[in-house]
Order: sequence, then C-alpha cells, then structure tokens
Amino acid sequence: MKLRNDPQRFGAIALLFHWLVALAVIGLFALGFYMVDLGYYDPWYREGPDLHRSIGILLFIAMLLRLAWRFISPPPAPLPTHKPWERISAHLTHWALYLLLFVAMISGYLISSADGSSVDVFNWFAVPSVSGHQTGLEDTAGLIHYWATWAVIGLAGLHALAAVKHHLFDRDDTLRRILGLAPRATTHIPNDTHNLS
Amino acid sequence: MSTLLKKITIPALALLLSSMAFADQPGGTYQFDKKGAHQFVTFKISHLGYSWLYGRFNDFNGTFTVDAENPENSQVTATIQTASVDSNHAERDKHLRGDDFLDVDEYPTATFKSTSIEKTGEKTAKITGDFTLHGVTKPVTLDAKLIGYGDDPWGGYRMGLEASTTLTLADFGITKNLGPASETVEIIISVEGIKQ
Repeated sequence: MKLRNDPQRFGAIALLFHWLVALAVIGLFALGFYMVDLGYYDPWYREGPDLHRSIGILLFIAMLLRLAWRFISPPPAPLPTHKPWERISAHLTHWALYLLLFVAMISGYLISSADGSSVDVFNWFAVPSVSGHQTGLEDTAGLIHYWATWAVIGLAGLHALAAVKHHLFDRDDTLRRILGLAPRATTHIPNDTHNLS
Repeated sequence: MSTLLKKITIPALALLLSSMAFADQPGGTYQFDKKGAHQFVTFKISHLGYSWLYGRFNDFNGTFTVDAENPENSQVTATIQTASVDSNHAERDKHLRGDDFLDVDEYPTATFKSTSIEKTGEKTAKITGDFTLHGVTKPVTLDAKLIGYGDDPWGGYRMGLEASTTLTLADFGITKNLGPASETVEIIISVEGIKQ
C-alpha cells in the first residue's frame, strides 16, 4: 500500500489517521461519559480525567496534522456510482465532523484552563492557558463541550451507517476503500447461453 | 462674649453635639458593603480528613438592622448567588455548581433570614434563622461576634460582624459522598455594613 492517497484509493497515512481518530473519539466520549459520574474515592476519579485531557490534546495535534495531510495528499474522488445527493451529504458530514471535533477539543481545553492553569499531557508536556482566569468560562465551555461531543458521536454514527449502507445495499467499495481493502472483484454476470445459441 | 451671643451659641452648640452623639449611636439599618467588597462568605471543608479546603462565594448581599437599646430585636438577612462559588479551581467550581452539589441552575440562591437573636456576651450573640440552601430550608444558628463599629474616614458609619456555623451537607440534600471527614462544612460570614 502506498503512503499517499491516489485518485482511486486511500494511502496508508490517511487510513491510519482515520482509524486512530475514530478510536480516540469513541474512547474519549466513553471515558468522558463514564468519568463524570465516578465516586470521589474511585481510583479512576483522578486517572480518568488525566487520561481524557491528555488524549484530547494529542488528538488535537493529530487532527491538525491530518488536515495538513489532506491538503498535501487529497483524498480519492467519490466512487462513480455515488449519487449527487450522496456526495453532497458525505462532504457536509465530513466537514461538519472536522468542525465539531475542533469545537469539542477546544471547549474541553477551555474548561480545564479557565482558571489560568495549564493542561498536562501524560506528565510529558503542558499546554498553558490561553484564556487566563475567566470567571464562568468553565461553565460556558462545559455546555459547548457537552453538546459538541454528543453531536460528534451522532454524526459519526450516521457516517458509519452510511458506509454500511454502501457496503450492504449499494454493494460498492466505499467501506472497503476506508478499510484499505482491494476493490471487490467485478461481479460476474453469467451469460444466457440459450439465447446466444 | 456678650450674654446674648452666649444665649444663642450655647444651646446651638449643645444641639450640634447632641446630634453628633446621636449619629454615633450604632442603632439603625446597615447595608453590606458589597461595592467596596468588605464582605466575605467563606467555606471550609475537610479534604479526606488530611487538610482544609477553603472556598468562597463572591456574589452576595444583605442588610442588618441593629436595635441598640434592645439588641435581641436586631435582624439580619442575606442572599448568596450560588453560581459565584469560587475555590480557585475551574474544574472543581464547575463540579460544585453541577447537580452533585449546589445545582445552581435549579437553586440559584441561598438565603438567610434571622428569626431570633440571643446575646451571649458583651460582643457575642447567637443568631438563629432560616437558611435555605439547595432548595431546603432549615433553622441554623450562627455564632456571631461584633468586630467593631463607628465613623469611617469618609463621612459614613460602619459596623462589622463575623459569624460562623457548621452545616451537614446531607441535611440540605447534598449527598455526594466526599468521605467521612467531609460530611460537614463550616461557613464563615464576615461583613461590614454601612449605615443607611
């Protein structure tokens, strides 16, 4: 498999970005959902949010690199069998996902840094606060984070359902392409030998 | 000085002095000095039984009325905006405002209204009143101390009080488990009132 995308197929780098981000987003959502209801004496009470913030910051960096890569090596063209409404809705969904992911990540960071403190990434490095102390910012950012993350999960679900629909009902290569699989063998239509004879 | 002048000035002086003496009386109604921020509502709760966590409410207001003749007829009321909770940590403050603790969307204010005052010493009293927190109203007794009072340098008259009490969070429907050492919280109210 090539590293770069070509007009027909995704390259290894785009595939890696896609699936790493998918894993991180689902993991962050599940962790976020779980950690906010933990009891004070739960071992994960501190571990959960530390992990959530750290992965969130790394995801932000990964998304910047991913966008840069998208411009360096544009994704393959839509399959010729995709109808115009499918192309338009797919594009809108992809760009809405990018946008919502950035809204979710930035709002999350603003919650933790709203008192002017920095956000630690795995005791590896720290991202300083850009807002400084802002009274009430954690509440506004918290509300945005809550709805943006739900919207990401909702849209990602729709996006996945659409891929399954292409695979099972349209029987095209949309899903195979993002899994890095070769296109299906062209379906063999048996000749009607009786009519030919 | 002529006798006539004396006849006029002495009573006038006496009147002036007596009115000044009257102004020096601590009795009257006082408004908390919110604008000058000479007022603090601080809370103190144990962390794991190992240390004290201090926080405060930045936005509150109130009045007290002092009956100098009969201090037990004095009154105090205060209203705290619960969303102004500040423990110097954005994530914790957000958590405190949420439904695990103060639930500020549902219960934006906490109020205190005195119902009786019992003088316990020269400068101390027990102030009992109805305290409403998290939508629950309970009688609470504050141990109050008169810190000082008198003219201020800018033409006003001020009086400062400090009062404290210990609340059990579960009594007010705040049941999030913070550990056995953290079931109660001490509230310390330190205010300066400006006489109206």
